Amino acid sequence: MTSTAMTSLQRVLTTLGHNEPDRVPLFLLSTLHGAKELGLSIRDYFAEAENVAEGQIWLRAKYGHDCLYSFFYAPVEIEAWGGEVIFRDDGPPNSGLPFISDPEQILGLKPPEIEKIPCLAKVLRTTEMMKARVGDDCPIIGVVMSPFSLPVMQMGFDRYLDLMAERPEHFARLMQVNEAFCAAWANAQLRAGATAICYFDPISSPTIIPPDLYRRTGFAIAKRTLARIQGPTATHLASGRALAILGDIAQTGTAAVGVSALEDLTKIKSACRGKLTILGNLNGIEMRRWSAAETEALVRRAITQAGPGGGFILSDNHGEIPWQVPDEVLFAIAEATRRWGVYPVQESGSHGR
Amino acid sequence: MAEINEEFVRALLTLNRLAAKRIMAEASGALTPLEIAEGMIVRALEWIGQGWQRGDVALSQVYMSGRICEELMDELLPPGAPDRKNQPPIAIATLEDYHLLGKRIVYSVLRAGGFDLKDYGRMTVDEAVRQTVEDRLQVLLISALMLPSALHVRNLVLRLKSACPGVKVVVGGAPFLFDSMLWREVGAHAMGRSASEAAGIIEKITGGAR
Repeated sequence: MTSTAMTSLQRVLTTLGHNEPDRVPLFLLSTLHGAKELGLSIRDYFAEAENVAEGQIWLRAKYGHDCLYSFFYAPVEIEAWGGEVIFRDDGPPNSGLPFISDPEQILGLKPPEIEKIPCLAKVLRTTEMMKARVGDDCPIIGVVMSPFSLPVMQMGFDRYLDLMAERPEHFARLMQVNEAFCAAWANAQLRAGATAICYFDPISSPTIIPPDLYRRTGFAIAKRTLARIQGPTATHLASGRALAILGDIAQTGTAAVGVSALEDLTKIKSACRGKLTILGNLNGIEMRRWSAAETEALVRRAITQAGPGGGFILSDNHGEIPWQVPDEVLFAIAEATRRWGVYPVQESGSHGR
Repeated sequence: MAEINEEFVRALLTLNRLAAKRIMAEASGALTPLEIAEGMIVRALEWIGQGWQRGDVALSQVYMSGRICEELMDELLPPGAPDRKNQPPIAIATLEDYHLLGKRIVYSVLRAGGFDLKDYGRMTVDEAVRQTVEDRLQVLLISALMLPSALHVRNLVLRLKSACPGVKVVVGGAPFLFDSMLWREVGAHAMGRSASEAAGIIEKITGGAR
């Protein structure tokens, strides 16, 4: 154990370098709990850049975790393209009716200009405020939807799968437009103060498409897009499986990968060691009803499976902790990380669950 | 139980519509449409669904397989054909959930298996209760991707207990896969781990009605 505690940024950079920091870094990736802290509805919370910055800083002060998350909600990008966002009182906003109703629209599609879009400008202001408050002590994690996954919201999941299978030229054109937007949006967040970009790409997961199709599509798209992003990135499959494509993901140029609670963390660690930092994989859905003892056991198990040697950041497996997860569970996760995450951590198999 | 036609499964997984159609046409000489549905299509889709549960098959393959089989069955057994009607009234919906792919897959898989069912689309709990009563449903299938939508099932089940006591609510979708206790917590009568389980669950909870 090191004698002096690291800052959150030092802790994260050390683990990203596949070395052991003072303790396992913890990312509590909650977009919504800040609204509770500020006593606001979810809609009102996201209405002002200041709220989200304040909410994130408040959450970090409360739980002592290792990042600020400038992510608002997935359909903020759809809003930028002129699409509809639907708020609810008990969960993240959804995108409404897809704005591409006919594949022919794709041929005339142009990416939105970041600076001219109020909802994106708000996210950038939040990022700037966070940066002004934490400086270089704590990483700020920005988010983009991958060009390959965004069409689920742009045109609907079923029609996108049909497009991929049946309209290769339209698919290629859509990727070209989305790649330009994705890189520009990521770089704007980096300029505003984001330390790294989380590249959400659930469609690339073997849960959604077969690995051979990924290698011909999502992989090549990620490689091209990540090369245009002028900062470090983490790829997140949002609860989807990753094991079968980890070797490919490592070649896209990303530094970390968000992995699923459905997969064995020991196998994931074995595949990622020295190549990719693991982000995960606490089950965000089950988390809602965990007892303190269960929480401690599950945090401890994840740390012993993936912590040794560094290259591990403990977080939920989806990249978004549900609104329904109570504060007590978040406290218990943070406390268990401080208790069991101090290096050197126990190796997997050296204790029971 | 019929053997799995591996060639048919392969055709579905590689999205080869023509091969799937040829294989089904070859079988249709000796079997009735419902025998094809139950013996060949349902068995193939069950195999594909189990593959998805194991992580060996992707959701896109499940979706496209269902779509192909649904189209093939529509040719053999057009919508509204008398053979499709000998079954309990069934509908499928999402509850305030804008993610509709899961519902679409279950709908296709059931229709490919010879079932007729109504697609209610996205509904509030109030709308789902009203429509269930009006259609005198025996089975209401709810597909969910978002946790809040899955939690709304609790209210739906409570409301249906008094408004339509005989109806069975069957749930499926990501929240129920990630938390295996959730379907019981919200009071559902059954949970499907993949779309291909829907037919078996319906037959079981309705006492084999078809």
